[in-house]
Amino acid sequence: MRVKAISRILALVVPVLLSLNSHVFAVTSQDEATVRETATAAAPAAPATVAAPEAAAPAEATAHEAEGEEKPGDVIMHHILDNKIYPIEPFGEIHLPEIAVKPFGIDISVTKHVVMVWLACAVLLVVGLAVGASFKSLSSKQSPKGMANVIEALIDFIRTDVAKSNIGHGYEKFVPFLVTVFFFILICNLLGLIPYGATATGNINVTLTLALFTFVITQAAAFKAQGVVGYAKHLTAGTHWSLWIIMVPIELIGQFTKPFALTIRLFANMTAGHIIIYSLIFIAFILKSYVVAMAVSVPFAIFIYLLELFVAFLQAFVFTMLSALFIGLATAHEGHDDHAVEGAHH
Amino acid sequence: MLTSGIILLEGGLLNPNPGLIFWTAISFLIVMLILSKFAWGPIVSMLEEREKGIQSAIDRAHSAKDEAETILKKNKELLAKADAEADRIVREGKEYADKVRSELTEKAQQEAQKMIAAAKDEIEQEKRRALDVLRNEVADMAVKGAEKIIRTALDAEKQKAVVDDMIKELAASRN
Repeated sequence: MRVKAISRILALVVPVLLSLNSHVFAVTSQDEATVRETATAAAPAAPATVAAPEAAAPAEATAHEAEGEEKPGDVIMHHILDNKIYPIEPFGEIHLPEIAVKPFGIDISVTKHVVMVWLACAVLLVVGLAVGASFKSLSSKQSPKGMANVIEALIDFIRTDVAKSNIGHGYEKFVPFLVTVFFFILICNLLGLIPYGATATGNINVTLTLALFTFVITQAAAFKAQGVVGYAKHLTAGTHWSLWIIMVPIELIGQFTKPFALTIRLFANMTAGHIIIYSLIFIAFILKSYVVAMAVSVPFAIFIYLLELFVAFLQAFVFTMLSALFIGLATAHEGHDDHAVEGAHH
Repeated sequence: MLTSGIILLEGGLLNPNPGLIFWTAISFLIVMLILSKFAWGPIVSMLEEREKGIQSAIDRAHSAKDEAETILKKNKELLAKADAEADRIVREGKEYADKVRSELTEKAQQEAQKMIAAAKDEIEQEKRRALDVLRNEVADMAVKGAEKIIRTALDAEKQKAVVDDMIKELAASRN
């Protein structure tokens, strides 16, 4: 059974690799002469501290950009970066509509990652509304089935283990945000792993937006829970007034490092995984070897892909968890003294 | 290492894209509002309801267990009480039986004593009566003897022998 499956996969993979390899062979052999030329031409322009072969790479990249040729670095960046063209590779590409209206002097035309965000929203809406409807038709004595059961388990996990344990009293208000952000990130991450998909959460703008939501909610919750005076008092961290000149800036920066960390963590995790997968596959093309392709590129890429699958869930969870933690830190500040008292008792 | 870093930075990995931020924010907000009304709301309320249901079921189970325990305790107490009662009844019965037996034996002994005393009295009376009769008879015999002696009063020795005989006779008959 297993042998059959493996042989079938090989039968599928090998011809594809062969055709790709031959194509790359053709392209590279054709280009070799031009590469040398451009490299020698660009070498004086490159910084003198960089060794010659290393200097050739960016030079190559710029050179090939001009010629419209593809090099691994370009291909990888092309896949990861946002674009106004949605590529569907063997069949062509879709030119996304450019929105002429520029409300505040910003370009809001649709890009590849906007499409992925909308796709994620659509999937989330379909699944969420279906599950919501099936829950509405459910009486309290029936157990949920299928998809509803999966979603319910995740929601229950976020509600009790993430929201309740981190935020504590009054956690119910934040559950919809946390659940939505979890599923949104999860679906964006998973869509990036589907062929022809792109990782919207691998774009720093998307993660920044999500982190801004957390930031706004955290600050609003802090103001609501402590009032303006309490908030200002918290900025001094309860220290002597002579230390305020140090503590207040530190606390203020602390308010902003939290969403910044959220932004960078999610963005870097999703981008890095994809760069690793592409790089592993390009090793075979750079070395022009079937052996490397079968022994290194494909198995390692599959391994990283599976790891990415895990990371997709993990990062969605981490973002939600940290959001809940920050909200909890911001709201439960009257608890500080209680903790001190409790500590004294123990 | 350096080249890849340069490529990444040149590629614009950190480029701001206000359009993407705008669309992400709008889309996320709309999805969050719709889903919290139509999906998360019902699911969370259902979860809460179920949580409450489970809690009440657990509470009920606990109260039922407590009740059962109190009933068991009561039953044990009742059983112990019944045992004690039975013991007491048996003991009382035994005591009563002992008492009755001792009373009866005492009564019987007294009765027997009385009967023995009555028998002794009767015997005494009979003896006395017999002695009276004997005495009368002895007197009669003595009179008769005297009569005989007087009739044969010729010989003093004879008289004497007769009297002796009579006395011997009397002594023999009395014994």
